[in-house]
Amino acid sequence: MHGSRLRSLSAATVVTLITGFSLAAFVAPMDADQGFMQKIFYLHVPMAIVALCGFVFGGICAVMHLRTNEAKWDLRAYVAIHVSVILGVGVLLTGAIWAKASWGHWWVWDEPTLVSFLIIFLLYATYTPLRFSIEDREKQARYASVFAITAGAFVPLNFVAVRAATSLVHPRTFDSAGNLPGAMRTAFLVCFLGMALLYVLLWQYEMAHKNTVAQLRSLKRKLAGDDGLRSRRSAAPELQV
Amino acid sequence: MILASNALPDNAGYVAAAYLVFLALLVIYVGIMAYKLGRVERDVVELNRLADEDRAPAVAEEEATHA
Repeated sequence: MHGSRLRSLSAATVVTLITGFSLAAFVAPMDADQGFMQKIFYLHVPMAIVALCGFVFGGICAVMHLRTNEAKWDLRAYVAIHVSVILGVGVLLTGAIWAKASWGHWWVWDEPTLVSFLIIFLLYATYTPLRFSIEDREKQARYASVFAITAGAFVPLNFVAVRAATSLVHPRTFDSAGNLPGAMRTAFLVCFLGMALLYVLLWQYEMAHKNTVAQLRSLKRKLAGDDGLRSRRSAAPELQV
Repeated sequence: MILASNALPDNAGYVAAAYLVFLALLVIYVGIMAYKLGRVERDVVELNRLADEDRAPAVAEEEATHA
């Protein structure tokens, strides 16, 4: 995706996010239990859901890579995981801020939701070092795909396990959209849509960048010959154009 | 009374901090993308130079033929 489509997506993302946050701030009623700090959930929860879905999407791309052996699927999985890790940082930070405001502690170790998300985040934090540790590109792509599939399958399993856990100190804001009053639900869903669009936008930007770099390298190879390019060790997949 | 109704609710600072963290992440991301764009620009300049070097002998030959 290039040019005007990327511009349209950027505009849609900005408009949706601003609308969602405005609805959350000015239209959604104050939560009876949490008060004003519940407004963090319009940011924190969509970001967490989108990040987790992004990890699963990375796993699906990895399955496609192993099935087709096409480098573009490895690149898609790499970028999906990369963007999800960035959102994961946001989830952990905003979650810690909410925990401090609500519980008086930045982190609570016996709360399954928090710890499970941290485990998933740390698991995916090893994805890039794993790739970087393997020099052979073919092997790197294959091992990374196996990792992405295994970890991607772990995400929904982990989610279900945490839901089934007995400790429910962490609020369940999205058991179903039905447990939110109208204005809250609308604000939440718009924020969720905005966050999903942001994920797609960042993914598209990264993909466009990686494709451009691959085109440039190919052009350089043609102009300078094979000697013109030194093979550089990298965690990122290299597309052959 | 007016002052009280206009005051920010309790914990507003935490809410603001959470949204600022999100904004900061986006700004850092844009900064990293800008750095990467700079590298792409340098590569394009380098490719232009290589293309000019490639064309130079052909242009000289063409000029010699015309002369």
